[in-house]
Amino acid sequence: MTPDNFFLLATLLFSIGLIGVVSRRNLFVVYMSIELMLSAINLVLATFSRLHGDMHGSVMVLLIIAVIAAEAALFLAMVVHLYRLKRTVDSDDFNTLAQTKEEI
Amino acid sequence: MIYIVLIPFGSALLLGLVYLINPKKERYHFYSRVGVLSPVLSSALALMVGFEILAHPSDAHFHITLFEWISIGEFKINFAFMADRLTAVMLFFITVIGTLIHIYAAGYMRGDKAFGKFFSYFNLFMGSMLLLVLADNPIMMFVGWELVGLSSYLLIGFYHQDAANIKAANKAFILNRIGDFGFIIGLALLFVALEGHGYTFEAIEANIGLVERSMLALIAMFLFVGAMGKSAQIPLYVWLPDAMAGPTPVSALIHAATMVTAGVYMVARFSFLYNEVPQVGEIIAMIGAVSALFAAVIASYQSDIKRILAYSTMSQLGYMFIAVGLGTYSSGIFHVFTHAFFKALLFMGAGAVIIALHHEQNIFKMGGLRKQLGLVYGTMFIATLAISGIPPFSGFFSKDAILAVAFSSEHYLIWGMATLTAMLTAFYMFRMLFIVFFANASSAKPLNPLPKTMTWPLIILAFGSATTGLLGLNEAYGGTNLFENFIALPDQTYELSHTSEYLLGFLNILMALIGMGLAYRLYAVSAKEPRANTVWRHAVIHKFYIDEIYDFFIVKTLRHLSLIADKIIDNKVVDGTLNIIISGYLMAAKLFVRLQNGKVRFYALYILAGLAILSLLMLDTLGGL
Repeated sequence: MTPDNFFLLATLLFSIGLIGVVSRRNLFVVYMSIELMLSAINLVLATFSRLHGDMHGSVMVLLIIAVIAAEAALFLAMVVHLYRLKRTVDSDDFNTLAQTKEEI
Repeated sequence: MIYIVLIPFGSALLLGLVYLINPKKERYHFYSRVGVLSPVLSSALALMVGFEILAHPSDAHFHITLFEWISIGEFKINFAFMADRLTAVMLFFITVIGTLIHIYAAGYMRGDKAFGKFFSYFNLFMGSMLLLVLADNPIMMFVGWELVGLSSYLLIGFYHQDAANIKAANKAFILNRIGDFGFIIGLALLFVALEGHGYTFEAIEANIGLVERSMLALIAMFLFVGAMGKSAQIPLYVWLPDAMAGPTPVSALIHAATMVTAGVYMVARFSFLYNEVPQVGEIIAMIGAVSALFAAVIASYQSDIKRILAYSTMSQLGYMFIAVGLGTYSSGIFHVFTHAFFKALLFMGAGAVIIALHHEQNIFKMGGLRKQLGLVYGTMFIATLAISGIPPFSGFFSKDAILAVAFSSEHYLIWGMATLTAMLTAFYMFRMLFIVFFANASSAKPLNPLPKTMTWPLIILAFGSATTGLLGLNEAYGGTNLFENFIALPDQTYELSHTSEYLLGFLNILMALIGMGLAYRLYAVSAKEPRANTVWRHAVIHKFYIDEIYDFFIVKTLRHLSLIADKIIDNKVVDGTLNIIISGYLMAAKLFVRLQNGKVRFYALYILAGLAILSLLMLDTLGGL
């Protein structure tokens, strides 16, 4: 069993996540895309850990999974809060940091 | 000696402060007493200094150093006063005539709203002039020189409610600035050329041999530019007639005691320098002669009494510059001295007439005042005789000395012009006198009474005008050159036999009589205002259009240059460059502002792009590719 398949899968997952973050506007989808990217990283870490016979990588993967769980709670709370502010979960509506035309 | 200068300045300050505390309040007695007392005290002190100097040998100098004023390495200027015989003469007539004019002004200006302010300026004017003549070094002299310019500006523009007067004051100030610029350049060149060998007049005199001849000529010319401005010579004279906008006592002070004599004094003070470069002296004499003739021609066609006198001052100053230019400084100063008396008298007489006629200045609207204003008529008649050069009045001797110098030094052109001017002088002065006092009266309005303060100074000055000439009698007329020997300036000497001296004197008298007779024939019985019916008259009445020419060539040119500088250089070139830079920034900003659209996904993309670039860079440096 070659590690190439694992790397291919990780790259695919990461790319899908990346495109999701950049192109989708729904905050939940964005969140899911970020999770996809993280999972891809985890997969790479675990693969290398196995390849080199070094368990440090696996330990790190487990830690990251725990962190992702915590992050999920925080992120969902933030999305709920944003929804309460603007009654929408479209990320393009949260553009108050932008330079408006009149200010130029 | 310090107090001669300090008293007028002090009282100017006091009067100014009191006036400022309550400008509305009329304190006639306080203002006039303080204002007149300070020149009286100064005169007393000046006389004391004069007597002290008289008791010492002729080359004695008195010094008082107050403190070190500027000290930059070798360059040391002390705040110091110096008096010698030349100073003593100047002091004498500035203070004495100044005092008389102050007394006169107390009468003339009575009832004016800004009486206190007037006396404050008046004292300042006199103090500045005294500072100028008492200066120990050229820098101190320059301070006095500038203060004279300032106070003349304040006084010419005294009736500042009228825009024309402000214009006249500005004109005087600006033209004087042009002259002062020449003066300061001359001084700077002198100091540089001397390389630190002396900053006081005495030290400069001792080391004048160190400077190259050509450099000296340049310095002398620049200094003379300063004199041109102050003493109203061609081409910087145009301010003098306009300076008549001020009250009449101011005109008297400017023309007799202070200001215009400063240029002649300066040349005499630098006589050691001008003796080294006689060619420059000849130029000065030529300018003087041209100014004298030019002013006399204009004066013959003027109809404003004060303007006639103004042009006559310019003409007489021309004589003084002929004298100092040809190196006979004592003759020049002697003419300054006698001129101070009769010109002050003429102005004060003119002022008296103006007051009596309710501020009428056109001589053709006067006439027949001989009986009503007998005293003014008598004193002005003496002054007119003096200025026209009829012996034994003072003007004859001083003017005759100058003409004799011009003749004996073989400058026949200058002599010819000066003699012609002498005739014209007699003509226009008697023309004025006859029209004002003889010709048929045009209106019989009741006259204003004249206060005593205005008439007494006239009598004293008339006495002075009649007699001061006797101080300068030369050997040909049975005198002993009293004035020339007293003042002890390094004069050039020219030989002239007594016979030709008599002949010249006779010619001068003849010239004066011709002028007088002409004036009598034309104006004594009936006077008509000259009409501009020929080209010549047209030109003369409009003062040869000099003001317009200056306006056209200098003012307009400068204006156009300024407009070019404003509209093209500033607006187009400088602002244009800046605008291009600004629009570049603006365009860049418009480009970059699109990136910051506030949308999270775009920011994520930027982060990604940045990371990608960084990763590529890292791979490149680590050698992974």
